[in-house]
Amino acid sequence: MTKLLKSRELLLSGIIILMIAGFATRAEGFAEPGNLANIFNDTSILIMLALAQMTVILTKSIDLSVAANLAFTGMAVAMTNAAFPDLPLVALIVMALGIGAFLGSINGFLVWVLQIPPIVVTLGTLTIYRGMAFVLSGGSWVNAHQMTPTFLNVPRTVLLGLPVLSWVAILVVIGMGFLLTRTPFGRSAYASGGNPVAAVYAGIDIGRTRFFAFVLSGAMAGLCSYLWVSRYAVAYVDIANGFELDSVAACVIGGISIAGGIGSVAGALLGSLFLGVIKNALPVIGISPFAQMAISGIVIILAVVFNARAEAKKGRIILRDRASAEVTA
Amino acid sequence: MSQTHSTHEPAAPRRAIPDRLGTPVSRVLASWEVLLFGVAVVIFIANSLASPYFLDAWNLSDATFNFTEKAMIAFAMALLIIAGEIDLSVAAIIALASTAMGAAAQIGVGTPGLVLIGIGTGLACGAFNGMLVSVLKLPSIVVTIGTMSLFRGISYIVLGDKAYGGYPDGFAYFGQGYLVWVFSFEFGLFLLTAAVFAVLLHATNFGRQVFVIGNNEFAARFSGVPVERVKFILFLLTGLMSGIAAVCLTSRLGSTRPSIAQGWELEVVTMVVLGGVSILGGAGTIAGVVIAAFVMGLVTFGLGLLNVPGIVMSIFVGLLLIVTIALPIVARRIKQASRS
Repeated sequence: MTKLLKSRELLLSGIIILMIAGFATRAEGFAEPGNLANIFNDTSILIMLALAQMTVILTKSIDLSVAANLAFTGMAVAMTNAAFPDLPLVALIVMALGIGAFLGSINGFLVWVLQIPPIVVTLGTLTIYRGMAFVLSGGSWVNAHQMTPTFLNVPRTVLLGLPVLSWVAILVVIGMGFLLTRTPFGRSAYASGGNPVAAVYAGIDIGRTRFFAFVLSGAMAGLCSYLWVSRYAVAYVDIANGFELDSVAACVIGGISIAGGIGSVAGALLGSLFLGVIKNALPVIGISPFAQMAISGIVIILAVVFNARAEAKKGRIILRDRASAEVTA
Repeated sequence: MSQTHSTHEPAAPRRAIPDRLGTPVSRVLASWEVLLFGVAVVIFIANSLASPYFLDAWNLSDATFNFTEKAMIAFAMALLIIAGEIDLSVAAIIALASTAMGAAAQIGVGTPGLVLIGIGTGLACGAFNGMLVSVLKLPSIVVTIGTMSLFRGISYIVLGDKAYGGYPDGFAYFGQGYLVWVFSFEFGLFLLTAAVFAVLLHATNFGRQVFVIGNNEFAARFSGVPVERVKFILFLLTGLMSGIAAVCLTSRLGSTRPSIAQGWELEVVTMVVLGGVSILGGAGTIAGVVIAAFVMGLVTFGLGLLNVPGIVMSIFVGLLLIVTIALPIVARRIKQASRS
């Protein structure tokens, strides 16, 4: 199992390196460290959201409301910054984390206590949160000149050769790696998605694990909301529209099973980088940015086909294979 | 989707098994459809009290355009969800079918040709989804997230930031024509497709197979149900209905942009779930979806008359979805708690 996962991630890294090398032959300087650092910085937010999405998917759920959560929280943070420029940045970040986690806990509560299927809950909250962003702002924008310089500059300050935004992503990757592989919560997340029946017998509260996965996902959306608003220096209702599907796509490409229980931090990281490299390469090699959507569609489909083949090797499906063989026989 | 609920979770049973069934009358009264119908009536009365313009035959006729196209897709989607699958690419199929029709209109294809191209594109997209799910046995939720990007992405490649217009005059009938008095062609088509799908789901062998697959795919296989073929046909039907919806919508708007019908997949799924179809598969009725279509249409139209912006309406739709699903669960909890 570990061997399989390892080879899979190696393969994905290989593909990404090949892609970068290929693009470098078409566009000079594409593979230079400075440009690669730019791509990483550009992909940072997707990486963080994909890791949060992965935690939720591991528990056999899905969070379609992350982007809407990001839009609402980002709007709230930007408006607070515009209204109270004296408030320290730390307070704003704590506020973003708090609002995000609260919105996430609403999802978690509905899934845990009322046992409504996650896809229905987050489909509903997706429209509600984005609608609330409109109600909050009245449809108006918060522009760069209304934000304080500190608010705008911190994520782009360069430390040891990388912007703070990139460093935050790196810290999140390390933190998530620790959380998922070295803590009871992480192991519970894998267990409640991998085999819910066994998880219950092992004393794991599946509902509670899902609840905390949603809270984590919400808090991450909150953190990303500040980073997003600061990076693009604008907040409006439609920011990050459709980004929830990008985060799911990054997970799927990274080999995280949509059925829960399978996936690694490295996979989500590589899946995000894969999408990030393509997104940054298209304009450089002269393909219309309008082609990006179709390309990511094809990539997702191919990744699912590939995942299905990798998962078919597992022992768990032996019974079903035999059953279907008996049926056809 | 099918993988997600093939293993049985040790959660509370979906429905408590009563010692004896209630009388037929009480069972009908307690059914989801009747509850939803009550909600529709309440919204109707509230609307007519809130706005003096609501109770007007032409206004009500206009209101039907809010849901007829989405509902046509919702009928096919209901069957798909009952069978334990889902199609999130329906709105993208509309975009692609509309783009194909627009491209054909530019080179002078007539109305019948355009309709055929629209429906044909829908069928082709449905067949593609169906093939990925039933032949390659992939989970439909991820597959259709992928095809959603692919189909709409092709529209973006073809159109970019431009738009197609210049449809032939006769083409306008499908989205703008009226059969008699205030009854539009689209509303007629909505009623017709509702009837066809109701018969298909509730009165044919095929419909029973859909229910069996949704309840227990494993048992269905052992009972000789051609699971893969049924699923393929369901995706084909969803593609077909998306193609028909594309014809109506394109005809109504008279132009095509790649962002056409953006976000409709979520509204269609909301309509289906609101109609009492279990998102876990295995249960649901077409009547429920029909009433849900009216409820959503009435809510958005009533709020529109009160000058509520579209995005705020979506809050109500989202709340409606969660509350209608949560309420029966909460009610059952309270009932159980008071009994023990």
